[in-house]
Amino acid sequence: MLVLTAIAVVRMRSLFAIAMLSGVFSLLSALLFVTMDAVDVAFTEAAVGAGISTVLVLGTLALTSRFEKPTKRSPMVPLFVVLVTGAALIYGTLDMPNFGSPDAPVQTHVGPDYLERSVEEIDIPNVVTSILASYRGYDTLGETAVVFTAGIGVLLLISGLRLRRRRDDEDEDESEEV
Amino acid sequence: MRHHLILRVITKLLVGAIMLFAFYVQFHGDFSPGGGFQAGVIMAVAFILYGLVFSLHNVQKVFPPWLVHKLVALGVLFYAGTGIVSMFLGYTFLDYGALVPSHPSSGQHYGILAVELGVGITVTAVMVAIYYAFAGRPPRLSDEEW
Amino acid sequence: MGFELTQEYILGHMNYWLFSVLMMTGLYIVVAKGNLVKKIVGLNIFQTSVFMVYISMGKITGGTAPIFPQDMEIDPEVVYSNPLPHVLILTAIVVGIATTSLGLALIVRIQEEFNTIEEDDILKIERAIVQAENAIHGDAMGGRA
Repeated sequence: MLVLTAIAVVRMRSLFAIAMLSGVFSLLSALLFVTMDAVDVAFTEAAVGAGISTVLVLGTLALTSRFEKPTKRSPMVPLFVVLVTGAALIYGTLDMPNFGSPDAPVQTHVGPDYLERSVEEIDIPNVVTSILASYRGYDTLGETAVVFTAGIGVLLLISGLRLRRRRDDEDEDESEEV
Repeated sequence: MRHHLILRVITKLLVGAIMLFAFYVQFHGDFSPGGGFQAGVIMAVAFILYGLVFSLHNVQKVFPPWLVHKLVALGVLFYAGTGIVSMFLGYTFLDYGALVPSHPSSGQHYGILAVELGVGITVTAVMVAIYYAFAGRPPRLSDEEW
Repeated sequence: MGFELTQEYILGHMNYWLFSVLMMTGLYIVVAKGNLVKKIVGLNIFQTSVFMVYISMGKITGGTAPIFPQDMEIDPEVVYSNPLPHVLILTAIVVGIATTSLGLALIVRIQEEFNTIEEDDILKIERAIVQAENAIHGDAMGGRA
């Protein structure tokens, strides 16, 4: 299903349909996350991917254009690059542990340690929250700062504050040239 | 925007429920899936939905842009402030055991709540600010072209 | 390579291969398509497939979501999946939407400057600008502006 949706995105030319399909893609991947026990992640993906990002893409479309122009470049070079990269990736997965195996390296280091210690040290049922906010508090502080910075960036780029200043700058430039 | 009667009525019903759900996700994040990030996004969705259906002007009366811009910074400050409080209490940065020294795990509860609140505030404000920025520009396409 | 292509091996690695295919679909959109909005959507597909790789690594067969019972009485028989990848990806999703919106904002600015969001047209306009500058300042800078 996910692959089909992704290929439909490749083929489509109407950007409106692409925005909708990317929402569908997010919902499907949220379902996949639920089946892989990551309920928190699925929750976030459903809210962010299907909710906010679709609205933002639609907002961009309203400010730009609705259809994609067909390109004249041949698709062979990108296809070659993609196939080579894909082959390299699959070669890399050959000695990965099996899906769901309990003795994979991921499962034998800090993960179970957090699960055990969280019971007495933090004492809240949702281990994801306890790792997020407590054991990895620095990480989360950093992520919050990234979100903050991205918000500031968007405001600087398109909130209109900049337009006003640029108009002033242009006026100054003209007066200097005179 | 006089048309879309059904959308307007349903939105009025839903916005409150969405916000309530956002608060549930925010403060019940210790016990069930959820937390600051999800709650922030859901809260922002409530405002964005209101703005989409009832025009940007109306939502900016409820949640004015200057307040949004302040909240963007306030959330990060709240998060970092929690860490600094625990530093002043003689523990390391972001060690929430400092909040209730006699019972460290309940200190962790308060700390996690505070930090998640900071995350939630920032995420809500950033998402709403981004929406305002995009929606505040004059669109090139008119409604009929869709 | 000492790998046997047993059925167990193929099923156990099918997740990685499917995610590789998804990732390459996203990469293809980014490389081959000229429309900037479409590139961003491709980037999102790429990103989501990376998330899936991480989450699939944390899964344990027969495990359940890493949330304890409310009364904190934990049955030692129950296997919980690894919560660490969940935490990393949870924050990555939110950071991802923030950076996506930054990219979309850049696209809006590009549209205002160039009046197009097709990569080919933008390159054409930039080439025209360079040529025009060559025509004006070309002699002074040795023909290379």
